[in-house]
Amino acid sequence: MIPTPLPFETDLHEMEHSLARLEAAHGDADELKRVRYELNALKKATYARLSPWDTVLVARHPNRPQTCDYIDTLFDEFVELHGDRAFGDDRAIRTGFARLDGIKVMLVGHQKGKTLAERQQCFYGCAHPEGYRKALSKMKLAAKFRVPVVCLIDTPGAYPGIGAEERGQSQLIATSILEMSQLPTPVVCVVIGEGGSGGALGIGVGDRVSMLQHAYYSVISPEGCAGILWKVADDKTKPRAAEALKLTADHLLRHGVIDDIIPEPLGGAHRQPKEMANTLRAHLVRQLRELADVPVPDLLQRRYEKFRKMGPYLEQ
Amino acid sequence: MSSMSQLDRPSKRGIPEGLWLRCPTCRATVFKKDVESRLNVCPECDHHFPVSARRRLDQLLDENSFEEWDATLKPMDPLGFVDDKPYAQRILDQQKKTGMNDAAVCGAGFIRGRGVVIGITDFAFMAGSMGAVVGEKLSRAAERATEQRRPLIFVSGSGGGARMQEGILSLMQMAKVSAALARYHAAGGLYVCILTHPTMGGVAASWAFQGDVTIAEPKAMIGFAGARTIKNTIRLELPDGFQTSEFLLKHGFVDRVVHRRDIRTEVSRLIDYCDIR
Ligand SMILES: [Zn+2]
Repeated sequence: MIPTPLPFETDLHEMEHSLARLEAAHGDADELKRVRYELNALKKATYARLSPWDTVLVARHPNRPQTCDYIDTLFDEFVELHGDRAFGDDRAIRTGFARLDGIKVMLVGHQKGKTLAERQQCFYGCAHPEGYRKALSKMKLAAKFRVPVVCLIDTPGAYPGIGAEERGQSQLIATSILEMSQLPTPVVCVVIGEGGSGGALGIGVGDRVSMLQHAYYSVISPEGCAGILWKVADDKTKPRAAEALKLTADHLLRHGVIDDIIPEPLGGAHRQPKEMANTLRAHLVRQLRELADVPVPDLLQRRYEKFRKMGPYLEQ
Repeated sequence: MSSMSQLDRPSKRGIPEGLWLRCPTCRATVFKKDVESRLNVCPECDHHFPVSARRRLDQLLDENSFEEWDATLKPMDPLGFVDDKPYAQRILDQQKKTGMNDAAVCGAGFIRGRGVVIGITDFAFMAGSMGAVVGEKLSRAAERATEQRRPLIFVSGSGGGARMQEGILSLMQMAKVSAALARYHAAGGLYVCILTHPTMGGVAASWAFQGDVTIAEPKAMIGFAGARTIKNTIRLELPDGFQTSEFLLKHGFVDRVVHRRDIRTEVSRLIDYCDIR
């Protein structure tokens, strides 16, 4: 399937279509080979020079694999657990037991939705307080039985609404961050698409934090930043904000905020979702195995030091 | 960061600035000295004016009991952030304007004879936002309170929360301070957080709501998302009193709304209730 084109992909999109036409018509073998070769080169060139704003668009691509896609393709089993024990089931965060490569895990992941109906049900991946309550309660369940936790982060941000404030959005995120810093079981976090501010960090405190190559992770959305700095978020200011915020994986790695960048298939995860799932699976298995035998006190000490040293300052 | 509406803004209409203040709540013109002698509270209507960290220390702690920690910590510009002026320049301007190195003041002191560790964020320095220096100072305060087995008091006056100009590193300060507070809690310490106007965003979603007891000054603006963001998302008018201290009290996220003059008494009483020695 040819994905919906992004603004910087017009040439790429055209060539993908001509290749599809050629394939459908069983065209000349040499011609096919040439077009495939050219398409590959164009993908490489296009994706080698993504601007930070282009990266944000890739991270938000409607065909980009989401938590539920990975549940289907990457995990061998998923036993969803819905209850937050207080208010209701927030569909913007999915939680449950899962298996991969024989390893039992607790999976916690944002879900943005694919169809309009699903998107509305998931509030476009913007969780409410009950979502963070559910996530934390399942992480504690996992810790009780020494099951490691896998968090897949993909949210524009926690939901900004009246109900969310009435039900303590700040309180629930604050509690989740605090408890995750001490959760006595391995925690592996991956930003698979959008890492939107406190809504992302609410399930983002782990022993390992990684990003897919074209994901972004930021203190504020480029739109929000542009609105504050230049009063309007438009086609000029959003790319400027994305640039200023240094929200791409390479910057986060350099600043020590993430441990790894997980490479995406050529042309982005949305072009080869199966290949993406395989890469992510191998990554998770490796990290889970690395952490499996670390005694809990050491694990917690290292997790503490990991976050404790973030952010440079001068001291005389 | 965008919706701080009710700040101290003396009217320009013929009132000599410096001597008089116009109260944004009751609109009365009040003698500045009267306001200051009442802990920066309006004598007419009890409106709580913003207070600098230094004045707050004077108001909260026993006289001359404050010993400041980590005063030499200074911010850096890790991203090379530039908007209408470079962040590096903004830091220098703010330091000159406020006489502070960054937005937090931390140290040890006494409240009615009870030893405490205290941390305060000051709205005057970049809206009290949390970058690496604020995160580091609060984390060290929590760690020393753990070692010294002293009650920990944080006062937030922190506007938009995380400091955008330090990007993702400011978001990580939420995790850093929270981790230090988690250890403090695990060691059995009493943490009282006092929320003042305004407490929003990344500060609200971390240390402001991790206390054993959460106190708020009357009518402070407290919440996660800014009112404008919420309005733009839901396209509805927000109810009266939305995201105020009283709103949070009603919904169960604040323990007590306390007049500024009573905070000393209330905090020392809480310390006594939680003293197990
Ligand atoms: Zn008044």
